[in-house]
Amino acid sequence: MSRAARTDEGAVRVATVAPQRRVPVVHVHNVGVRFGDAQILDDVSFDLDEGQFLAIVGPNGAGKSTLVKVALGLLRPQRGHAALFGRDAGDVPERIGYVPQLKTFDRTFPATAVELVVTGLRRSWPARPSRREREQAHAALAQVGAEALVDRPLARLSGGELQRVYLARAVAREPAFVLLDEPATGVDYLAEHDLYDLLERYQARTGATVAMVTHDLAAARYHASRVLVLNRRVFGFGLPDDVLCDACLQEAYGHVGHTHVPHTHRHVPRR
Amino acid sequence: MSGLEDLIQAFGFPFMQRAAAAGTMIAVMCALLGVFVVQRRLSFLGDGLAHAAFGGMGIGAFVIVSSGALAQGGALLRNPLWIAVPFALLTGLGIAWVRDRTELSSDTAIGVFFAVSVALGVLFFSRISPDANIGVNVMDLLFGSILAVRTTELAIIAAVAVVATTLLLTLWGRLAYATFDDELARTDGVRSRALEYLLFGLAAVVIAVSATVVGIILMAAYLVIPAAAARIWARSMASMTLLAVVIGVSTTLAGVALSYLFDLPTGSAIILTQALVFVAAAFTQRR
Repeated sequence: MSRAARTDEGAVRVATVAPQRRVPVVHVHNVGVRFGDAQILDDVSFDLDEGQFLAIVGPNGAGKSTLVKVALGLLRPQRGHAALFGRDAGDVPERIGYVPQLKTFDRTFPATAVELVVTGLRRSWPARPSRREREQAHAALAQVGAEALVDRPLARLSGGELQRVYLARAVAREPAFVLLDEPATGVDYLAEHDLYDLLERYQARTGATVAMVTHDLAAARYHASRVLVLNRRVFGFGLPDDVLCDACLQEAYGHVGHTHVPHTHRHVPRR
Repeated sequence: MSGLEDLIQAFGFPFMQRAAAAGTMIAVMCALLGVFVVQRRLSFLGDGLAHAAFGGMGIGAFVIVSSGALAQGGALLRNPLWIAVPFALLTGLGIAWVRDRTELSSDTAIGVFFAVSVALGVLFFSRISPDANIGVNVMDLLFGSILAVRTTELAIIAAVAVVATTLLLTLWGRLAYATFDDELARTDGVRSRALEYLLFGLAAVVIAVSATVVGIILMAAYLVIPAAAARIWARSMASMTLLAVVIGVSTTLAGVALSYLFDLPTGSAIILTQALVFVAAAFTQRR
């Protein structure tokens, strides 16, 4: 590729620029994590490009949530490194929307939905959200169909409602990367599929990259454009049809009988 | 003379004014800390750090007597608080460190430091001659003597109150976020681990200074009851904080007044007034 530029003297300088490889949204290289004697992650590497939808699957104890913590910079691996947008996650918090597992939610904490959503805007707990913050939070809640929950106490929300509020919080500042850790845990079938539809709509509108940890292999096959099969190490990374085969999963899950991936009857879009 | 006139006259006495001022400042600091202590399920922390203050006072009194400092220097230098506060601070940071570095629960970590501090306090107080006038009465230390608060102590409480209140109000948003969900807050750049050490350190200093006035036995209640009552009524963390301050200050002033009018132990009068508010909150809780 050639690029021409006019210098101060009026001469035309011609520079040759090599085609630039786009920086992956998520770059995980050779990551190893050990807790005491237990090797939780071993030599995990993958790149996730802009606009992709990644499902991270694997059995319990496979290190999926640990991988999320490494990617978010919450846990420093003993080996390797992880980067988001080519930088440490801590340097780009405004570009990340994180939805944690619902089981970490403290129901004794006095808070309303709008306050939680505003944390996604100002990155601290609001004593009193401003009018502008309330409007932005309301818009984010409307985006996920939860505008009616705006002043409801979090402790009184169902699992599905809470999940929507967390998603509204994550997308309130329109991040370029949304990361969800087991978003379907504790929510019913319909709420789970609503959540995936919301994610896909958000992705279609903004071009964001999405990654989620899930135990739902059918959802991974249907909604994801890339799947990472993890059990301490990477057993497969690629297109859903390529890595969600019974043989690959039996190897990763370690036992036969729990690994058949149900196909949905819906058309499977490919990105 | 009516009760009201008695009260007006009572608050005209300098010792009552000092008690009201000290009690109000302690109530504000403890309420601001208390909301985080209660929401982080650290109610035992008040007890642990108050007993750390007891250990520090024992060590401080022993050092003052054995170094001959009693005979020299002003009242400020002869105050065992100069050792009790750093000792409690180290204990607070030690508890935070054990929580951070081990898989022990908070109450276990606090329990260990609690027991060691009491043992040290008893050991060092036992080594002081009963004739030595150390300016600290062990019974006052245990049960409080807010009516006997001196100008020196009031000045120390005021200095700590300015620093603690400023820090807690400045960091309130980040502390509340980390209290709600430590991991979520960290993804947003909140340095929750540093904040936890700061919270434990501040709690240690505030409790060490307050315990000498309110009493070690009653200190935990001062930290927990206003915040717990506020939690029952509040719908948001901000309203919980504001309510805890209002309950803490009003029950302190009411307790001081009641203790004067009915000749009751002041610490007990304050805590029992707080307990009444808590019971009222529990009975009127919206389900």
